[in-house]
Amino acid sequence: MSDVLIIGGGGAGLCAAIAAKEAGVSVNVLGKTYPIRSQTSMAQGGINAALGNVGEDSIEAHIADTLRSAHTLGDENMIRRLCEKAPEAIGWLDSIGVPFSRLEGGRVAQRRLGGAGSERACYAQDYTGLKILHTLYDTALGMGVEFLDELFMLNFIVEEGRVLGVTAIDIGSGEVRAIGAKSVVVATGGYSGLYRGFTTNSSATTGDGTAAAVRAGCVLSDMEFVQFHPTALKRSGILISESARGAGGYLLNSKGERFIDELKPRDVVAKAIWEQIESGEDVYLDIRHLGEAFIEENLPQERKLAKLYEGVDPVIDLIPIKPVAHYTMGGIEVDSNHMTKIKGLFAAGECANAHVHGANRLGGNSLLETVVFGREAGEGAAQFAREHGSVTPASSGQFEKDRGFVAAIPQFTNQIDFYEKRDFMGKIFYRNVGIARSEMGLKGVLAAIRQMQKELPFMGIADKSMEFNTNLLEFIEFGNMVELAEIVLVSAIGRNESRGAHQREDFPAEDDEKFGGVHSLSWKEQGVLCNEFEGMR
Amino acid sequence: MIRIKIRRFHARREPQELMQEWEVKEGSTLLEALTSIKCEKDPTLTFRSGCRSSVCGSCAVRVNGKEVLACAYKPEEGDLVEPRRFAKVIKDLAVDESEAFKTLKSAKAWLGEPKEDAVVTPEDEKRTERQSDCILCSSCYSACPVLETNPAFLGPFALTRDWRYVVDPREGDIKSKIDTIQRNGVWDCTLCGECTAVCPQGIDPKSDILMLRTKSTQMGHMDPNMGSFGSFGLDF
Repeated sequence: MSDVLIIGGGGAGLCAAIAAKEAGVSVNVLGKTYPIRSQTSMAQGGINAALGNVGEDSIEAHIADTLRSAHTLGDENMIRRLCEKAPEAIGWLDSIGVPFSRLEGGRVAQRRLGGAGSERACYAQDYTGLKILHTLYDTALGMGVEFLDELFMLNFIVEEGRVLGVTAIDIGSGEVRAIGAKSVVVATGGYSGLYRGFTTNSSATTGDGTAAAVRAGCVLSDMEFVQFHPTALKRSGILISESARGAGGYLLNSKGERFIDELKPRDVVAKAIWEQIESGEDVYLDIRHLGEAFIEENLPQERKLAKLYEGVDPVIDLIPIKPVAHYTMGGIEVDSNHMTKIKGLFAAGECANAHVHGANRLGGNSLLETVVFGREAGEGAAQFAREHGSVTPASSGQFEKDRGFVAAIPQFTNQIDFYEKRDFMGKIFYRNVGIARSEMGLKGVLAAIRQMQKELPFMGIADKSMEFNTNLLEFIEFGNMVELAEIVLVSAIGRNESRGAHQREDFPAEDDEKFGGVHSLSWKEQGVLCNEFEGMR
Repeated sequence: MIRIKIRRFHARREPQELMQEWEVKEGSTLLEALTSIKCEKDPTLTFRSGCRSSVCGSCAVRVNGKEVLACAYKPEEGDLVEPRRFAKVIKDLAVDESEAFKTLKSAKAWLGEPKEDAVVTPEDEKRTERQSDCILCSSCYSACPVLETNPAFLGPFALTRDWRYVVDPREGDIKSKIDTIQRNGVWDCTLCGECTAVCPQGIDPKSDILMLRTKSTQMGHMDPNMGSFGSFGLDF
């Protein structure tokens, strides 16, 4: 039992943990992996703040760029807070030792990312996320934050509309545990894992916290908005950083023709590539003209990964690429204090929807959100814990239920292979819930997903052991994925327009009259999914 | 197709340890091979994985006695895949990482007392750019022969991380960091360089440890091996 329990040890979770600890309460961080294994480690580009260290910049410009990219689904107050607090967030990261790249004189270096009107992204080479995450981890260790590593959260324990803790599997032993807290921050990342085989994300990014939140009674919003990164390796979906195009790389089709201004925003470039591929072309990234010396100095990661996964050397070969799922804008709906509909349950980072990215996230704003809103959520959770004290759960119902469920999984018949279904889900999501969508395709996938829901009891696991049963964990993750897949589909089917990352071939225009500023909301009532477009005209 | 051998372990099985041979596709990464075995042939095969692109540090294993990231290594005919050393094997290739990670706390590998007015120049940042590329995959820890005889040794990655903060202009309390790494720390290293040889990020813990020794001497510490040599003479 601690005052504040954080679920997930990535950027947002660790910032929440540190802020709560600073506020003087006891903090546990629970996660299915060790904190430094989190998705945050993969963020390369940078973290936005209008410092103006390199070019002219202002907080107002940062706000305007973010608002524009959100396509009417951004909340100006939240965006303002995020952007105004950005310089102070960089200052704080600097003060705890983040090894940012520097300018002469010691100021933090900044570079321009897509969609920004200025050099706004602070970075640490191409390891911005990695270095921020590790420094946060070091800091949290130094402060005495307690880590419950390799515990897989199953569900929130909720009584009378207030969170009292979570249930979780201790991965090492296989035991189900109940872990109490006065308040909880969920920071479990996005759900790009639905696009398995077609995502830049870690295989662990399965939206477990988001799925648990909707089961517990939270509202999820804007779940149809998934950002696609234009350039991932064709075979593996591994990210080739935007900096390859920033440095002058070309996009070519099979005929060797360029077909798009490579520096347009992500959604535009991704769509152009998708159309080429749909018309039967292969698409390549060409950086040969940059020369070996430049590539070795500036894009060594890219060269290594292209060799490893595609068997091509970018110095002499074209790199085969495709656009894949990269970031999920939708998530757990929170109020301006980052609290969900459940009292004492806060959400931050990619799993939350704090209405700052809207229909399309701007590069460099996600790391910023994890830091600024992660800290705010931690402060909020600490304050809630102090004001509300501890409550002993009246019943052990959730714990009994989840322990029973985990014990029952090995008895499932295992007649249908869920690994096969998981790959299939990735494929049909990519094809039909990807860059170009239509009602027909979406409804087909929805039917397939509902079938999977019915088939879950006929799936199951071959590994019946207690200790470190990754077969079991992946099955539970798959259950969470199926849960979220339905919600993404229902929201995408309902939004009969094209906006930001949600592009409908059957409704190609942005329909401001009907959908301007309108968020999709999804929740469960007695286990039944409900969905509405808030205030749709 | 090529064949690879995997050393498997299960605490509740008899025998606990066994060697298994699998056919895998040539040209794919070891992580892809392990994943396809798990998803298509034997779902009980246990290993950790994450980003697939060498930044999350989850998937380090030993192949033919050398530590590699499974996601960055392409297996060859006859390869022997084993779990990392100096960590209790939980199951198959998954080891208990918590003991190795405790060294970070023992080494106080964080910014202890931030200096408010510190200036970090590009040169300062470059000095430990490599060190801060560390992904904590524990390859170096598994490769370190000192841990065979002294399980309390702090090990390479914790010392490298210490050095990264010791030379950071923002650190206001270098002394307590240096004091912490005297016992089971810098002087226990044999400078064999095994850690440097296996680091997937090209970090050189051996040279960081040498720098820490110099710093230790500057701050009044002595090589205890020299010291014990002296007392050796007195005692006998």
